[in-house]
Order: sequence, then C-alpha cells, then structure tokens
Amino acid sequence: MKKTLISSPYIVWMIVFIVVPMAMVAYFAFTDGNGNFTLEYITEVGQYSNIFVRSIWLAAIATVICLVVAYPVAFILATMNKRHQSTMLMIVMLPMWMNFLLRTYAWMTLLGNNGIINTVLGYFGLGPYKMLNTQGAVVLGMVYNYLPYMILPLYSVMVKIDKSLLEAAQDLGCNSKKVLFKVVLPLSLPGVTSGITMVFVPAISTFIISRMLGGGSNLLIGDLIEMQFLGNSYNPNLGAGISLVLMVIVLLIMTIMNQFDSDDEDRVLI
Amino acid sequence: MKKISKIYMALLLMFLYVPIFVLIVFSFNTTKSRTVFEGFTFDWYVRLFQNELILTSLRNTVIISVAAATLSTILGTAAAIGINNMKKFPKAVVMNINNLPIINPEIVTGVSLMLLFVFFAARMNFNFGFGTLIIAHITFDVPYVILNVMPKFRQMNPNLYEAAQDLGCNSFKAFIKVVLPEIMPGIVSGFLMSFTFSLDDFVVSYFTSGATSQTLPITIYSMTRRKVSPEINALSTIIFLVVVVVLIVKNIIENRSVKEEVR
Amino acid sequence: MQNIVSLKDVNVAFDGETILNNISLDIRDKEFVTFLGPSGCGKTTTLRIIGGFLSPDSGTVSFEGKVINNVPPHKRNVNTVFQRYALFPHLNVYDNIAFGLRVKKMPEKEIQKRVAEMLEIVNLRGYEKRSVNRLSGGQQQRVAIARALVNRPRVLLLDEPLGALDLKLRKEMQTELKAIQQQLEITFIYVTHDQEEALTMSDTVVVMNKGDIQQIGTPVDIYNEPINAFVADFIGESNILDGIMRKDFLVEICGREFECVDKGFGEDVPVDVVIRPEDVKLTDVNDAKITGVVESVTFKGVHYEMVIEAYDFSWLVHSTKAAELGSAVGISFDPFDIHIMKKMRKEA
Repeated sequence: MKKTLISSPYIVWMIVFIVVPMAMVAYFAFTDGNGNFTLEYITEVGQYSNIFVRSIWLAAIATVICLVVAYPVAFILATMNKRHQSTMLMIVMLPMWMNFLLRTYAWMTLLGNNGIINTVLGYFGLGPYKMLNTQGAVVLGMVYNYLPYMILPLYSVMVKIDKSLLEAAQDLGCNSKKVLFKVVLPLSLPGVTSGITMVFVPAISTFIISRMLGGGSNLLIGDLIEMQFLGNSYNPNLGAGISLVLMVIVLLIMTIMNQFDSDDEDRVLI
Repeated sequence: MKKISKIYMALLLMFLYVPIFVLIVFSFNTTKSRTVFEGFTFDWYVRLFQNELILTSLRNTVIISVAAATLSTILGTAAAIGINNMKKFPKAVVMNINNLPIINPEIVTGVSLMLLFVFFAARMNFNFGFGTLIIAHITFDVPYVILNVMPKFRQMNPNLYEAAQDLGCNSFKAFIKVVLPEIMPGIVSGFLMSFTFSLDDFVVSYFTSGATSQTLPITIYSMTRRKVSPEINALSTIIFLVVVVVLIVKNIIENRSVKEEVR
Repeated sequence: MQNIVSLKDVNVAFDGETILNNISLDIRDKEFVTFLGPSGCGKTTTLRIIGGFLSPDSGTVSFEGKVINNVPPHKRNVNTVFQRYALFPHLNVYDNIAFGLRVKKMPEKEIQKRVAEMLEIVNLRGYEKRSVNRLSGGQQQRVAIARALVNRPRVLLLDEPLGALDLKLRKEMQTELKAIQQQLEITFIYVTHDQEEALTMSDTVVVMNKGDIQQIGTPVDIYNEPINAFVADFIGESNILDGIMRKDFLVEICGREFECVDKGFGEDVPVDVVIRPEDVKLTDVNDAKITGVVESVTFKGVHYEMVIEAYDFSWLVHSTKAAELGSAVGISFDPFDIHIMKKMRKEA
C-alpha cells in the first residue's frame, strides 16, 4: 500500500528517538562503565528504598487530596448552567497555563519563614511556623500544580452523563445524595481512574517541587535521577537503573487503574 | 445546595489565584521584600527588559517552539494519514510506541534522550544546543499531533473521499480538496498543543539543552535557585497577562463559531 | 371515577418565551390519557411538571386533591418512562429494574419476586444478567417500562416511549402497553406526536398546540368532532375550506350553498369547514354542485388517494374506486359530514 508509506519518516524517527533511547536506558541499567553485564546498579537501587517509599507516599497523598477536592468541582462545573460553564471552566484551568516553575515559586514566597502567611499569622500572635522545606509543602505543591489534571478528566466524563439518567434516578426515589452515590459516582469511574494516573505519574517523578518546596531534605525519585545525570554524583548507570524502576512503578499503577474500567471505549491517554 | 457550591468554588478559586496575585502585587514593590509592600514602582519591569539572559532565552524558546511545533505538525499529520491506513496489528504497535512519551514520566523521556545524545555527541562531534532541543521537543510533540489528527479520520464520512474520486479527482486532488479540510481542525489543535507544550517545557529541555541554548523555563529555574529577585515577579505578571489575553481571545472565537453553527 | 392529577392555571416560560399558557386539566384515575401535538407544543413540559422535574411559574399541580408543587420527584408516587429510556448503563437488566426498590430499602427477597413478576409482564424472562447496552431498542423499552412499573406507581408517565422503534415493533408495543395498563389498572399519561398512536391507545386525548390545550375528548369525539381547523388537520387528513355560515343549517362553500347540521354561528359569519377525505363522494359531473378535474391518483393499499382540483382548492379524496386521471368529476358530501368550526385567530 502506498498510503502507509507516508508515515515512514515518523516511524524511523520513533525508532531512533523513542525506542533506541529506551533501550539505552535498559542497557545502561544492566551494564557497568565498560559495557559488561551487571546487576550491581539495579540492586543498588534498593539502598534508596526510603526515597522510593517517600515518593510513593507523598504522591499518593497528593493524588487523594486532588481527587477529594476536584470531584465536587467537576460536579459543580458539569451541572452548571451551560452558558457560564465554559467561562467557569476557563477560569478554573487558567492557572495551569502559567509556567509551573513560576506557580511553584509563588508558593515559595508564601510559605517561607518570613513569607506572607507567617507574617499574617504574626499579626494574630501566632507562629512563625516552619512551612517551607517540609513534606507538607511538597504535597501542597503537587496538589496546586496537578489539581487541574484531576478536574479535567472528571469534568469531561461528568458532562457526558445523560441528564435524563439523573432524572430517572430521582424518579425512582433517589434524593440528591443518593443520585450522587448510585448513579454519578459509578458512571464517573473512568474519569476517576484517568485522573488518578494523570496526577500520580507526574507527582511521583517530579524533582522541581521537592527541590523548591521541600528543601534538600525531602528528596524524591526525580531528584535522585537528576543527581545521577546532572548533579555532583554523576552515575548514568545508576540513574538508568532508578529510571527503569520508576517506569515499572508507573506501569503497575496504570495496569491497576485499567482493571477498574474495562470499558471498550477508546481512551486517549492509556 | 446552590449556596454551598458557590462557597466551595470561591474557596477553590482563592486557592488557585491568591499565589499568582501575590506574585503580581509584589512585582510593583519598591524593595525586594516579599512580605511588606513599601511603595509602587515599575523598576523591576525596566530591569527585566534590560536583562540580556532573559531576553535571549525568550528568543530561544520562541525559535525552538515554532520550529518544533511546525516540524511536528508536518511529521505527525503525515504519520497519522499512514497509520490510519495500516492494518490492525502494525497500527496497534505504532500507536503504543507513539503513546510512550505521553505515558512515560517526563524525566525518563529527558534522561533517555540525554543518554542518546551523549552517546552520539562523543562519536559524531556535536554539542548540546538547538539541534538536540528541537529533536527532543519534536519527539514529545508529535504524539499529541497524532492524537489530535487521528480521531478526525474516524469522524469523517468514509464516502467523502470516494465521492470526490467519483466526481473526477485523482487521489492526490481528492485528499487536498476533501480530506484535508476535514482533518484541518485536528491539525490546527495539534499544532497549538505542540506549541504550548514546547513553550512551557522544562524537564525534557533541562536534560537536553546546552550552555548556549537556554530556554525561558530553564532561565526561570536558575533564577529561582539564586537570590530572590522581583524580576521573576515581573516576568510572572507579564506571562499571566499574556495567558489571560490569549485564553479570552480563544474563548471569544470559539463562542462566535458556536453561535454561527447554531444559526 | 375520581381525579388523580389536576393542573390548574399552569404557566411556564423559558427565557421569556411562553411554553405553557394557562393550562388546566383533570386526569381521572385508571385512565389512559394522551397528550398529542406537534413538537414544541408543550406536551413534554406538561409531563415534566407532573413528574416533578419542572415547577410551573404559576398555577397548581395536585395529586389526589393535594397540591404537590413543592414535592420533589423522588417523593411523588409517579414514575416515568423516559424518551430515550435513560437506562443506567452501569447496571444490568435486573439491577436496573430493582433500582427503585433498592432505594426504598425493600428486602432483597421481595425485590426478587417483584422483578421476576415484572420481567414476566414485559416478556423479558431470562434477560436478568444481560447488560442493557446489549439490548435491542424494543427490549430496552421493555426494561424502562418494567423499571418504572415495578414501583407500583399510581401514575405512569410515558414520554414518546415508542418514538425510536420501527413501525412494526411500535404497533406491537402499542397493543402491549394498552394491555399492561388494563391489567395493572394504573393511570397512564402518554406523550406522543403520532396521532394514530394516540387514537389507538387512549381513553382520553388532549390535543395541544403552542402551549394551549386545543381539545380534550375521547378518540372518537376528537376525530369526528374536531373543535377547530388545527385539531382537524392534526388528527387525520382533512379538507379545510373557507366557508360562510349563511344561517343555521346552511353553509356556503365554493360559492354554493349546502345543508348542514350545525347552528348557532349567527348569519353570514366566515367559518372553517372541515370535510374528511373519506366522506367526499365522487359523482357524475351532471348532478353535482361542485365539479373538478382529477389531478392525481395514488394507490394506497386499502383505498385510492385522489386530488381533485375544484374552485382553487385541492380536494383530498379517499375512495375504493379510482377515477380516471384528468377526467372531470363531481364532488358531493352528506350534511352530517360537513363540520363547521369557528375561524381560528389568524396568526402572523
């Protein structure tokens, strides 16, 4: 067929710049500096298990908070008067379009020991509290940056729910709380799962949020990888090993999430 | 119920916007204090526009984004046409590889490309710079172009192409006259998506840029690592205003086209 | 029989546009009532008001004499079969039907019994575990009916429930619905734009147009004695002519005077005259008051449909005998087949 030929430039591109680099990550993870096979680096990853546990833990907390905060937002948006809906959605999404380094920087200035929050609290004779460079600040940064990734998939699933289904539930005796739990919740499950992946994956692999809001003491997987490539402890083999483990964790999460909605609908991201 | 949701939305918007507004307010502060507003000035904006580093990196960012988005759109659209005509199995393989940069944590994409570039830089004698950045950006942009264009083929009436041929078009003409207009919205949104992702990208650029090709996000990052400077606040204010204007214009255009469709 | 649902002076407007204009209506218990009218006439809005999904801007809705304007849908003893069924896609057939009973926290045993009963009535035994997305339109329809009826409502609201089905299935379901209604002795309030459906199933037909009730009556009354030209035109096919009521029992059509059975319009008053196509008789040209030329003849199975041009009016005629195309024929009709109606207000 002639027509499939037109995609060959990209297929070559894909092999050179997606497949080969991935293969190189795997190659580096399983070889030493001289190219000999070794499991040294993969086993060395085990030494950093505390960082892995912390990353998973903080990312999980941030994901749960995002879900709890975003669900009502998405519901309110989806059930809103159609005329105001797109405007309101734009207002909610607008901060996401700001560069996320700047958004994170904003929290640095808010949370610092001499920051605005502590200054305001000082007027009431409270504080100062140490907020910057804590795990709480890291979680806050994750929630602030990735909340839109939770709102968007939830919202797009909820607007598609046929309004007459909600009416049918009311008609069959549900008050608004029961409508939410018996109809809206089960039908929005695909949005929940894709929201979880969309928040969890960037949260677990970030190194900027932890660096800017967590200080030096709250390293995450991302920091660890970055340090092996661009930091003082240059060690691409170990870095590749950690990257590989991170990919496995991400893959695992996605597989688990996919179990929940086995719908045959075509999904874009997974 | 109505009242509770209004309060809830108000709290959410406060959470989302207060940090940004604090940044904006202190961009007009006369001193470097980030807590006390001591007087109004435009000084930081003046300094921002005298800052060579920021201006160069802004220029770099625009060049890289335009180049990467344009090339990605061409490469991606051609790829989508081909992939659309593939048989089921090769199609699934290609699409799965295509989705890899989207699914993968950004840092892994960045690191893997860095490994590749380091390997070849030593052997082929080139440096990290515009070339490596544009290649990296194209690599994570094209998947979004494809994901925007592919559904348009599915939505298209399959008889359109045949109808054009029936009315005397050869297959190239039929494509230009009938298929291309149908998939155009997907191409345009693919381009815009690529462009914004490239403008905003930090992580992948961080691993693939050289000393002479710093992009704006990389410059911002190094500024936040150093001593506090309200120039960042000024920059944030300008970026925020640009974003607001762009989104409002986009919304107006969309609303107008929706109204026209209704008519 | 007693009134179960009453609407009094109900008004509804959206964005300043009147949807219901002072509607008053009583519905008797165990009756099959149909709201009939073209789209946008307000029939679905009326149904939604009774269901509780919409509250009127003014006027009262009563259920067994009690005003229920502020009672939310889930507290009304009324269930609805929605236009496109609105079956819950995440539940199977059994769970869909059991939904309402579970909300009421009925014991699971009782639910089982009732659902089985319902499946029997709608002929879906053995489909319990089936996903509703894998059912045909007709089967989905039955599930929707079962899901509503299993709650044993006093009133069942049906919003164009057969609209999405093909003709043959629609006819079957019409008979079935009527049978279910009679078996369970429940009030059915049915919305449709299909006049034939309305005439076939209903005890009472409410003809609506542009937010007003045009006529309420039995199918036979509505068909035979339409109150105005709109009803006549909407219910079946009609010849609607301009006429002048010369005096009681005498009407002028096409410049000829005819005896009729109506009176009380006054003298020399312009009126609408309705004559059903099947009441028009073709006669010999010589002994007819009105003559015309046969413009078209179409075979319709049971009868021929012909169009006769006479006095600037195209007469629609149904007859079992075909006239020859292009031939001149006479037209006549019996006095009791001439229906005289007040002129409708001319609308811009």
